Amino acid sequence: MSTVTLHKVCKTFGEGKLAVHALRDIDLEVGNGDFVCLSGPSGSGKTTLLNMIGGLDRPTSGEITVANQRVDQMDKGELAEIRLRNIGFVFQAYNLIPVLSARENVEFVMQLQGIPPEIRHQKSKEILAEVGLNGMEDRKPAELSGGQQQRVAVARALVSEPALILADEPTANLDSVTAEKLVELLRHLNDEHGITFVISTHDKMVMGHARRLLKMHDGKIIDDIQQR
Amino acid sequence: MGIVFHLAWRNLWRNRRRTWLTAGAIAFSTILLVLWVPIQFGAYEIMINASLAVFPGHAQIQRPGYQEKPKIRNAIDNAETLAKKLRASNQFVGVATRAQGFALLSSGTRSYGAQVVGVEPVFESGTSSIPGLVKKGRYLSGIDAQEMVIGAALARNLKIKIGDEVTLIGGGKDGSVAAAILPVVGIFESGSNELDRFFSEIPLHTFQNIFSMGHSAHAIAIVGKTVEEQDSLLTALRQETKDRNDIVILGWEQLVPGLKEGIQVDKVSGFIFYGILIAVVVFSILNTFLMSVLERTREFGLMLALGSRPKRIAMLMMLESTLLTLMGLIIGMTIGSALVYWVHIVGFAYPGMEDLAQQYNMPGLSRLYPQLDLFNFLIGPGSIFIATNIVAWIPVLRIRKLEPVEAMRTI
Repeated sequence: MSTVTLHKVCKTFGEGKLAVHALRDIDLEVGNGDFVCLSGPSGSGKTTLLNMIGGLDRPTSGEITVANQRVDQMDKGELAEIRLRNIGFVFQAYNLIPVLSARENVEFVMQLQGIPPEIRHQKSKEILAEVGLNGMEDRKPAELSGGQQQRVAVARALVSEPALILADEPTANLDSVTAEKLVELLRHLNDEHGITFVISTHDKMVMGHARRLLKMHDGKIIDDIQQR
Repeated sequence: MGIVFHLAWRNLWRNRRRTWLTAGAIAFSTILLVLWVPIQFGAYEIMINASLAVFPGHAQIQRPGYQEKPKIRNAIDNAETLAKKLRASNQFVGVATRAQGFALLSSGTRSYGAQVVGVEPVFESGTSSIPGLVKKGRYLSGIDAQEMVIGAALARNLKIKIGDEVTLIGGGKDGSVAAAILPVVGIFESGSNELDRFFSEIPLHTFQNIFSMGHSAHAIAIVGKTVEEQDSLLTALRQETKDRNDIVILGWEQLVPGLKEGIQVDKVSGFIFYGILIAVVVFSILNTFLMSVLERTREFGLMLALGSRPKRIAMLMMLESTLLTLMGLIIGMTIGSALVYWVHIVGFAYPGMEDLAQQYNMPGLSRLYPQLDLFNFLIGPGSIFIATNIVAWIPVLRIRKLEPVEAMRTI
């Protein structure tokens, strides 16, 4: 069973002579519970590919299926719904809501899902403990280190129990020790919960943790390596 | 609602200075409106009372058509009897019968046209301030006394002083010549040059004899407890005169239409000023929210990426707008209502107001009191609330167009 399937996906920005072909005929299947890393130089299409899979942007052509649903044919509302229920995001620049505490940032997604407050509170506490932020629930993002903020972002992505978590350069702003701890956490969550991860990265350490490594260049997947 | 409410409230305090400035602008405008609208309406009340107190009264009974064409022949039969009946009902503060005509007043070589009014001297002070405005001499002594009081400007024009005689020549009700020589016993100053220049009063029975009126008169002036209770006053008058189909009852708005129109014009200019004030506040709110949306575009992109619908973010923005507006309104209404209450207790006066009131025998004019009325209190804050909530939609509409990826790229 595949969590993600892409068939002949193209993405072009601009028109005519100014057209930039960010993705060219991408065919890809990501199986359930896989831990995939996308690597490649800047401008190779990693982030664009993640955005397409996550329903944050639409392909110019081709088909994208996530959790058995055709993402490329969805309207804005349906895309919001699939992002809310089936996909978790971890962004490069932490991207937490600054005025909410760690717990409230995690609960925010659950509130969008309509989960009652008692369950939200309990679940957010458990998940923050799982990512190693026990006792830091009520701290605001500004009171947390970069690594801790990224763990909150991971907890927020996890809390909706998504089929897929997409992480765009999650370690780019972290020091090597913190980055390693974060990747170990992601890998642990992958092993424990069977959640599918697709991570774009430049970081060789992150690539080293991947089960499958996809190398991209000029909008194409040029290499697909099964590691372990 | 919990997190959204917390989010909205905390977002307000991201930029404390901006929030306080905006809330302060709302509060300041609210104070002005909460205080000034009741004072404005209080001023109208004083204007109406002052104008009606001089002569017209709160209502009058007349013959149909007399108000439009005041002909001497169009008189109410047995007017004094009707006035007595009204007084006996004890429902009215003042009831006075009047007969009115025009005559040429002469003294020496000078002659001037003037309105001559026959009044019941004992009762006239209950419906008119003129008896108390006599600055020289005295007011009329009895209902059939052969004497006259005239306005100060008229006395000046005729070059007469107290005790001098005035020759009166006019047309009687039956077409005969109405003529008399009456001594001037009092000179009044009403504060209105127009009134003082052409107005004179003589006792009612003297007027009826000179103008061949018999027992008829032209008007019965009535004063109720307050001008605001005019509806109940008119209802009571209709009830008391239901057996008379030869008369009409006129409220003050029909008696002095110019006064009502003047107030309407003043109200319009007042509301234009309030509209400008509200517009300034509204633009201040709009500026705050446009800045807020621009600053937080990236954050809105994140919310969209996490699965939030634009509608929910719009709701958040509207909640922030409502909270900010309510904060300003609550501060403004609290301070404003305290000020209104204080002014209601001590009154409001400008320099010279008390002297003016004393001069024109209108103690009610000495201080201005706000008109306490729920509508007057809420109209300003209500307008600000509605207007700010409408303009808050302008930045909110931007959110509908946001795409998560582009929004998250915003710095």
